[in-house]
Amino acid sequence: MFAYIVRRILATVPVMAVVALFVFALLHLSPGDPAAIIAGDTATVADIARIHRALGLDEPLYLQFGGWVWHLLHGDLGMSIFTNLPVSTLIMQRVEPTVTLAVSTIFVSVLTAIPMGVLAASKAGSWIDRAVMIFSVLGFSVPVFVIAYVLIYIFAVRTDLLPVQGFVGIARGWWPFLSHLIMPTVALSMVFTALIARMTRASMLEVLAQDYIRTAKAKGLSSDQVLIGHALKNAAVPIVTVIGIGIALLITGVVVTETVFAIPGLGRLTVDAILRRDYPLIQGIILVFSAAYVLVNLLIDLSYTFFDPRIRY
Amino acid sequence: MELGRLGDEIGAPLPAAGDRALAAAPAARQRRAWRYIRRHPTIVIGAALLGLMLLMAVLAPYLGTVDPQAISPVDRLEWPSLQHWFGTDMLGRDVYSRTVYGARVSLTVGLMVALLSTGLGLAIGLATGFSRWADAILMRVMDGLMSIPPVLIAIALMALTRASLQNVIFAITVGEVPRVTRLVRGVVLGLRDLPFVEAARASGTSLPRILWRHILPNTVPLLLVQGTYTAASAMIVEAILSFLGAGTPPNIPSWGNIMAEGRALFEIAYYIVLFPGAFLSVTVLAVNLLGDGLRDALDPRLARRM
Repeated sequence: MFAYIVRRILATVPVMAVVALFVFALLHLSPGDPAAIIAGDTATVADIARIHRALGLDEPLYLQFGGWVWHLLHGDLGMSIFTNLPVSTLIMQRVEPTVTLAVSTIFVSVLTAIPMGVLAASKAGSWIDRAVMIFSVLGFSVPVFVIAYVLIYIFAVRTDLLPVQGFVGIARGWWPFLSHLIMPTVALSMVFTALIARMTRASMLEVLAQDYIRTAKAKGLSSDQVLIGHALKNAAVPIVTVIGIGIALLITGVVVTETVFAIPGLGRLTVDAILRRDYPLIQGIILVFSAAYVLVNLLIDLSYTFFDPRIRY
Repeated sequence: MELGRLGDEIGAPLPAAGDRALAAAPAARQRRAWRYIRRHPTIVIGAALLGLMLLMAVLAPYLGTVDPQAISPVDRLEWPSLQHWFGTDMLGRDVYSRTVYGARVSLTVGLMVALLSTGLGLAIGLATGFSRWADAILMRVMDGLMSIPPVLIAIALMALTRASLQNVIFAITVGEVPRVTRLVRGVVLGLRDLPFVEAARASGTSLPRILWRHILPNTVPLLLVQGTYTAASAMIVEAILSFLGAGTPPNIPSWGNIMAEGRALFEIAYYIVLFPGAFLSVTVLAVNLLGDGLRDALDPRLARRM
């Protein structure tokens, strides 16, 4: 078990190395002088030279990469070109709203999707099943910003029930905090809920066809006990896996949702960085998001033994 | 659509079957078509919706549209009316015309990304399946790329290149290739040691020929389904990129661009955002339904599972 955990943790090293290499290479594989592209159309020669120096583009490539990784390992993500502040500082300032939004979305999605999937599977072929499947295909198809604007139209333009913009920390009271969080969370959780509900239904259908479910029913357990105690627990591994994979969708959604609702989080920072072509900042954000994705999936891999004792490493 | 035609050909009465068969043919054909629709409603609805969108994109100049880029400051921010079906934006451009022309961008991006990522993923996947060292290196690269959300890869690439439709297609493709590669590699690994491949190898068949004759045909159904889903996600990613200001250049009306321009005015002119949003959603829905239908039709085992 311990050996497995160590091996699994070590396996993330090459993955993150490839991510780092990709993020580094981006700047150098691009056609033309990256400094000139970052500086934009109105830049002077002096501007370009300054960015050249700031990015260390004068040194040989292997030295640049070595130095960059060395700084990275010490938590130094470089300096933002636009603000002249450390990228890590800028990112830390923006983490709270994003993590709040992500956690509330995962919470809402899991709490709605799993009952939906279980219900659909236990009544396969019924109208409930069909409704869940229709919801799931719609959830995949309607992009997050379209859902967001429909919500804004209903709850802010038409009825004025919820605030349209911004983020309020929990320190300023529960209602201001929650009211700003409701619409972004609902918009963002739609695709995530669709994904988890679909996988829950599929996994449950597979498990419900097993012999031990028939045995459990035959020995007189109520159908609720069978569904939750026997079936759901055995169906958990694919569901948990898809939650991990779905984090990529969540990260994408966060960037869009924060733009729509003007939430000052990492997503909004990403968009600002694109508009200003602040490349060190874009690199830093991609690294942080990817590291979060890899970390969540590592934890999920390690959780398998909890759900399925047959999995022994 | 492809499958429907195939079914018709197989079931069509033989020319020599005589007068009776000829007389019964239309009715029988109708019954068969009806049965097909009842058994695969999603594939038919998806194909029909997508067909409509394709038609709209191709016939855009003939659908009562005006120049989607024509600016008319006098008519700015007009509500939907008989003259401007979807209203006008802050520069007085006709939102209906822009939305209809926007279908061209979405469908082009969806189709091109699906084709390119399928082609590239297929090539890399076949290589990894048959060469251990290529497998070791390429799959580590793919694992790494897969841990960066595709939209972020596209954002990073777009931030470094000039905005153009080709660059958008390329940037989205990079993020989609690893998924196809994984899929193809899975098929190759499953087939590589099966007796019929071993027999082909033992009888001296060259590797390219094995790949072409024995492996490739087995990947087609999966790639068709995956390609459809890729097209759907590529259309969403294009809209997101344009919406964030990192996508299709502003001089091309794409659904994401129209929505981005309407963003600041949403509370006074929400129609600018909602019309292209609805068209985008319906198109993606059509492609997803088609994908679900294809999957059910091509792989009954998967159909039961999902």
